[in-house]
Amino acid sequence: MQITVTLNGRRCTDEVAPDMTLYSYLRQKGCYSVKCGCETSSCGLCTVHFDGKPVLSCSMLAVRADGHSVTTLEGVEQEALEFGKFLADEGGEQCGFCSPGFIMNVLAMVKELPDPTDEQIKHYLAGNLCRCTGYQSHLRAIKKYLAAKQKEAVR
Amino acid sequence: MSYVNAAVRKKDAVSLVSGKPVYTGDMVPQNSLMVKILRSPHAHAMIEEIDVSRAMQVPGVVCVLTHHDVPHSRYTTAGQTYPELSPYDKLILDPHIRCAGDPVAIIGAETTQAAEKAMKLIKVKYQVLPALIDYTQAIDNPIIVHPEDDFKVLVPVINAEPKRNICSKGGFSFGDVEAEFAACDVVLEQTYNTKANNQTMMEAFATFSYIDAFGKLTIVSSTQVPFHVRRIVANALEMPKSNIRVIKPRIGGGFGAKQSAVSEVFPSLVTMKTGRPAYLVFTREECMTNGSPRHQMQMKVKIGATRDGHIRVIDLYAISNAGAYGEHAPTTIGLVGHKSLSLYGSLRAARFSYDVVYSNTMGAGAYRGYGATQGIYAVESAVSELADKLGIDPTVLREKNMVREGQIMQAYYNEPCNSCALDRCLKTAKEMMHWDEKFPVRKLPNGHLHGLGVALAMQGSGISGVDIGAVELRLNDDGFYTLLVGCTDMGTGCDTILSQMAADILDCDIDNIAVRGVDTDQSPYDTGSYASATTYVTGGAVVKAAEKLRAKILETGADILGVSPEKAEFDGKQVTDTETGKSISLREIGYITCNGSRQLLSSHESHSSKVSPPPFMVGMAEVDIDPETGKVTLMDYVAVVDCGTVINKNLARVQTEGGIAQGIGMALYEDIQYTEDGRMMNNSFLQYKIPTRLEIPPIRVEFESSYEPTGPFGAKSIGELVINTPSPAIASAIRAATGIAFTSLPITAEKIAMGLLHQKEHE
Amino acid sequence: MFSAQQYVKATSLQQALELNQKRSSAILGGGCWMRLGKKNYATLIDLSGLGLDTIEETPEEIVLGAMVTLRQLETSPVLAAAFGPLFARMTEHIVGVQFRNCATLGGSVVSRFGFSDIITGLLALDCEVELVQKGRVSLADYVQMPYDRDVLARVILKKNGRRAWYESFRNTETDLPVLNCAVSCLNGSARVVVGARPARAVMQEFGQMPSEQRLQEMLDKTEFGSNMRAGAEYRRQLAGVLCRRAIEQVKGDAECR
Repeated sequence: MQITVTLNGRRCTDEVAPDMTLYSYLRQKGCYSVKCGCETSSCGLCTVHFDGKPVLSCSMLAVRADGHSVTTLEGVEQEALEFGKFLADEGGEQCGFCSPGFIMNVLAMVKELPDPTDEQIKHYLAGNLCRCTGYQSHLRAIKKYLAAKQKEAVR
Repeated sequence: MSYVNAAVRKKDAVSLVSGKPVYTGDMVPQNSLMVKILRSPHAHAMIEEIDVSRAMQVPGVVCVLTHHDVPHSRYTTAGQTYPELSPYDKLILDPHIRCAGDPVAIIGAETTQAAEKAMKLIKVKYQVLPALIDYTQAIDNPIIVHPEDDFKVLVPVINAEPKRNICSKGGFSFGDVEAEFAACDVVLEQTYNTKANNQTMMEAFATFSYIDAFGKLTIVSSTQVPFHVRRIVANALEMPKSNIRVIKPRIGGGFGAKQSAVSEVFPSLVTMKTGRPAYLVFTREECMTNGSPRHQMQMKVKIGATRDGHIRVIDLYAISNAGAYGEHAPTTIGLVGHKSLSLYGSLRAARFSYDVVYSNTMGAGAYRGYGATQGIYAVESAVSELADKLGIDPTVLREKNMVREGQIMQAYYNEPCNSCALDRCLKTAKEMMHWDEKFPVRKLPNGHLHGLGVALAMQGSGISGVDIGAVELRLNDDGFYTLLVGCTDMGTGCDTILSQMAADILDCDIDNIAVRGVDTDQSPYDTGSYASATTYVTGGAVVKAAEKLRAKILETGADILGVSPEKAEFDGKQVTDTETGKSISLREIGYITCNGSRQLLSSHESHSSKVSPPPFMVGMAEVDIDPETGKVTLMDYVAVVDCGTVINKNLARVQTEGGIAQGIGMALYEDIQYTEDGRMMNNSFLQYKIPTRLEIPPIRVEFESSYEPTGPFGAKSIGELVINTPSPAIASAIRAATGIAFTSLPITAEKIAMGLLHQKEHE
Repeated sequence: MFSAQQYVKATSLQQALELNQKRSSAILGGGCWMRLGKKNYATLIDLSGLGLDTIEETPEEIVLGAMVTLRQLETSPVLAAAFGPLFARMTEHIVGVQFRNCATLGGSVVSRFGFSDIITGLLALDCEVELVQKGRVSLADYVQMPYDRDVLARVILKKNGRRAWYESFRNTETDLPVLNCAVSCLNGSARVVVGARPARAVMQEFGQMPSEQRLQEMLDKTEFGSNMRAGAEYRRQLAGVLCRRAIEQVKGDAECR
């Protein structure tokens, strides 16, 4: 099947199998930030933005992306790094394997929730598993990032 | 000193948060064969016939290997120093199936789809045998897991008796145990059960292999033990180690799982058979059913004290489930005793005895804590129950009895306790938790129950007299350094930590150190990152190497300046003649040593330690229990850690928080269950529930540092220690809240609700 | 993961129905559950081009397209205005935001899984499903029907002022429920739904909000089973606790007093 996808702002037309997942398609397109941690839609490592919304690329078929826009970490590198630096300054990336999916969901959250409480943050990100950190450093990083963003906005 | 004890960002952080392709699966050669493993659905069976002819006809399939096609040398996948204490009880493919998921055939194909299609077309005729699932019934069971005659033990001290399903047995004791019990006013006996937790590192086991330009089998793998992998693959494939090279890229977590060569042998075999690059990544299901999880154990504790709260004696027996294979089984068991009994300096006698048994459940391996986690859960739970029986606050009972600096630890190879701030840890933890105001239990207006629990913990720092780490430090032209290490950063940040140490000794910016590991053909030898060894053991080598290189720089700089080294000094940037003030920059020294007029400057040092100084900590949990549903909500967790000098404040904190979160999973949620015929039910993240961020309470971490005289900058370890307190602290908090001792992990809401219901009925 | 030979983006519901008559065909929802299977489909039928991803309000009804995502249910102001926090409560524990942005209402309803939060919640309302072939069928009847080749197009909720509350218990916050229940009331009469027993939800109507005793009678004749998440006895205990809590909540609603 032929699909045309706006991938990280670029129009791509490709031939894909009807049962190819969006995850496999994105890896094939060189978006190596997208990771797979399970096969049961449970871990959030494969999170990408689909028309701006966070989705599990492992659970979605590539054919569904036809005519839509898909963004991976590679497409928002500056934005990701802006938050990523806060994460790194807490030591909260650790092994880093869950970081891309986590960061993509953080970026989605920030767009959706203007001034989230700790509880809202935890709920929004509950679908992103991490085994290294115990999640505390994530929360610290997010709060510092949000505070810095707010400060910038005030300026 | 500027970097040690600071919160330094990891050197690889930016590439990790930018999603760069730095993991094994991101670098697979284009023309690789995709490797898949056909696994047995049966827990115990003999393969009678296997027919691969139809599978071989699938377009794209290059090889389908069965037990007829593989070498027949038994080996172990345990990544340990040779001679391994783990028995050589495994074949790459064995017609005797010992657990569900045991490999039956290895497929190499051009695409994953072709390999999966072929997998369905392999015809296997099994003779299904009765399976031994209940490991407590293993000894002398008529079902024998390892009846084979070529079962091999390298070190007889483990006392394996495979025909009796015993993988290892033994124990140790000191003092007169029976006499001490006789002298006690209060004696408590309790049995505790722990399950086979899975590490669930986010990156599955992943390996690719190829033949390099020199004709060498090159293995790129997500491993904690590259040098051991070299030997393990050599053993399994019956080939010389000199013909194998192992490379470790960035690792997506390990926690001990990758201290076994779980995935490496399979693609290596395919590469050797076909000459083609080959890639294998485990599915999450395979990671769950045939990984290398924690040993399931049952522990019986008998503990005695006098009425005034002097704990005089502990008798501990443990039976450990090796599962189908004995990887790490004879070694994890030792820590059950050594690292629990040594917490109490007051003991006049103690005994530890154990059996490690085979069964037809998945083979276990190394998981963070490595036996200490189970032993400390049992002993610390018993100590808290004893406190109740004595009517003494459990923190006070611990203050009276715990190990202190300067004592000889009789249950710990008689090592002296040279550094121990456990007393300060407990004091600080009590203050942080407001223990004295809150303990033991409060009933809230909504009927919920609050309880507090406490536990002590210790671990080691490397394996004494066994672990060794070497590093090479070079001065390059332009005056920057290269630090070559053989230890394996698996996300923990050891590459950064070791660079911090080197930077402080060399008085340089940390960015001036290029750190690199691991390639077994290029990196200095290191036993690998496990047993909480890296900061302590490899760190020791870094200190030596950096000091030596510093001296060499001074010498060379002085020589260039034409003075004796005693009359010159090196401040990290330049060597200065202290009399004339004349100086030469490090940059110039770098260039001069590279232009042929002088020796290149480098140092190579290795380090091992005769002792394994324990880090200590105190963990405290506050729980809220809904008595109607049994739901436990963790309200607060306080951790105060003595890891000696904290090398990196951020990373030590995150280690602690992460270890506690894993421990919370073990205590409350992670619940491996088998069907009657031995198939694992919790074989995915859908069914095996590790904590999400909604399960984890605020974890408040503080450090109370002692100074370890044998450690680099006074440091000890931290990586494993931190998983040990949640199970006993949470279990004790739940007991405080409910009045019921739940002695089998995980303590699910169901157990609590039903326990409270029965309690009510009895009232 | 399943495999598939062909993918068709349906241009009409009629076409979807025709294609779906073959046993080797399947309607593609969000794919989140479907991917857990290893089936081989000849044809996957995608409804995503049919405008079924909207929540529309008429004076009497709220009409939910089959392709509405669980996240839409969770965040819809229309549903919140009509039913309070019901829809948020019955969706917010399902895996994570990303999952709920993929998984669809249609997928949840058609699958009729025993553990379904969605089915239990919807059963508490006056809810119909619109099937392409059979037309409108009440959800209560639909959950009893065998799986067939019809195509679910919409779910319709009556805006009759029914108030409802949803409770679930899970071993971890985002796990499948060990047990769930929903209680609703309309003009003094009440309905209690108990799901994830772990079998499919059961429901009972009461002339008034059930007393402790009437609730107990219902639960006494309800079957509970065991699976790896919990045993039958615990589920029975939980059912009582959760139903009582839901009843209290509904009683507290001004409309129901």
